[in-house]
Amino acid sequence: MSVIRTEKLCKSFGTLEVLRDVDFNVEKGEVVCIIGPSGAGKSTFLRSLNQLETITSGKIFVDGELFLHREKNATVHDSDPAKHKSLLLEMGMVFQSFNLFPHKTVLENVTLAPIAVKQMPKEKAEELGRGILAKVGLSEKADVYPSKLSGGQQQRVAIARALAMEPKIMLFDEPTSALDPELVGEVLGVMKDLAKSGMTMLVVTHEMGFAREAANRVVFMSDGYIAEEGLPERLFTAPQNPRTQQFLNSIL
Amino acid sequence: MEDALIKIVGWLPMLIKATGVTLALTAASVSTALVLAVFLALGKISKDKIISAVCSGYVFFFRGTPLLMQLFFVYYTLPNIFPFMTINSRFLAAWIAFSLNIAAYLAEIIRAAIQSIHKGQFEAAKALGLTYGQTMRLIIIPQAYRRMIPPVCNEFVMVLKDTSLVSIIALTDLTFQTRMIASNKASSLVYIPAMLIYLIITAFFTAIFNRLEKRLSIYE
Repeated sequence: MSVIRTEKLCKSFGTLEVLRDVDFNVEKGEVVCIIGPSGAGKSTFLRSLNQLETITSGKIFVDGELFLHREKNATVHDSDPAKHKSLLLEMGMVFQSFNLFPHKTVLENVTLAPIAVKQMPKEKAEELGRGILAKVGLSEKADVYPSKLSGGQQQRVAIARALAMEPKIMLFDEPTSALDPELVGEVLGVMKDLAKSGMTMLVVTHEMGFAREAANRVVFMSDGYIAEEGLPERLFTAPQNPRTQQFLNSIL
Repeated sequence: MEDALIKIVGWLPMLIKATGVTLALTAASVSTALVLAVFLALGKISKDKIISAVCSGYVFFFRGTPLLMQLFFVYYTLPNIFPFMTINSRFLAAWIAFSLNIAAYLAEIIRAAIQSIHKGQFEAAKALGLTYGQTMRLIIIPQAYRRMIPPVCNEFVMVLKDTSLVSIIALTDLTFQTRMIASNKASSLVYIPAMLIYLIITAFFTAIFNRLEKRLSIYE
């Protein structure tokens, strides 16, 4: 069953078309990496899914249900507000720049949304939070503020924060691009563990090693559309589309 | 010299009593204005064009006209046009005029502080499912709040001094009391202790705000 599916997703900023008729699908348990040159629309696509960008037209299905349908910048169908919110919460998001809440401790960052959005009792949220922090290897940092952490640790907290909402799919928007090279490994490690645990993941990344190793499928985006997709091994070793070949040649 | 000192010490009780009015007016006006300013600031950055225009218009008006005129307007003009708006209490009139005026300045401070928060904070909150109200209350305002402390402190100290304008509508604040003593006792010496009192209380509040600012910056 598909966790997220899009039909003819389009997004323009003024006259600039960033996404053109993107038809896309992620199955439950799948790890999909989106690669492509900058400006290809990878991040915009990811951000369109969880409504950080409003699409111009197209349909988004979450968990098999029509989440949003827009045509020519007008909403044709929007799931009712309660449903809309619950579908939105099925998507956890990890940002390139972490975006942790600097005035909250690590544990508070993780428990804030379960308490505020799901009305989870504080004790229960903290128990959940500590459990997740242990999984990302940051148990001992629960009570410090984010500014005391390295970039890699901050990103792991951001992953824990998103996981605390128990989403069905995790969206990663270039999660390691803002990190010093020596800190990339620890974040990718956490992501690989997550993939092994069966989490459905959609990852925009420049880490080809990760895409090759952890992804079930790699999508190559260029100029706002999906130019090519396939198994990582196939896509990296025998790309069909000249744009893919060109891109891979330029980075490898 | 000794005579002068004796005179000054003799005036002190009256001056200190009037200082109470100055402080009360400042505190009342700034706190009322703060509440008003939060709504004005949120209104100004609202996506609703009408709300935004009304709030911008408010700020434009109150920052673009002299505070003294606004005080006269509340105390003299409004009752003239609308008799039911007659304000018998000078303190209340000053409180209203000052609150309305300060709110415009504080609104700009609050707006700037909110807008200085990185947009990633709004996005993270939204992605976690927080409502606009929760985002403001739990994420944005607590961060913006700390950035507001220095400019709000400045504003408070400015207001403390600006309240001397109320002496013109004969509200017995520190300035009015000083002027009364000066004319009744025909001694301009009284301006010395009066200015010292202003200086001491502004220094006192500046020190308090500095400590507050340091305490709020622990997580940076």
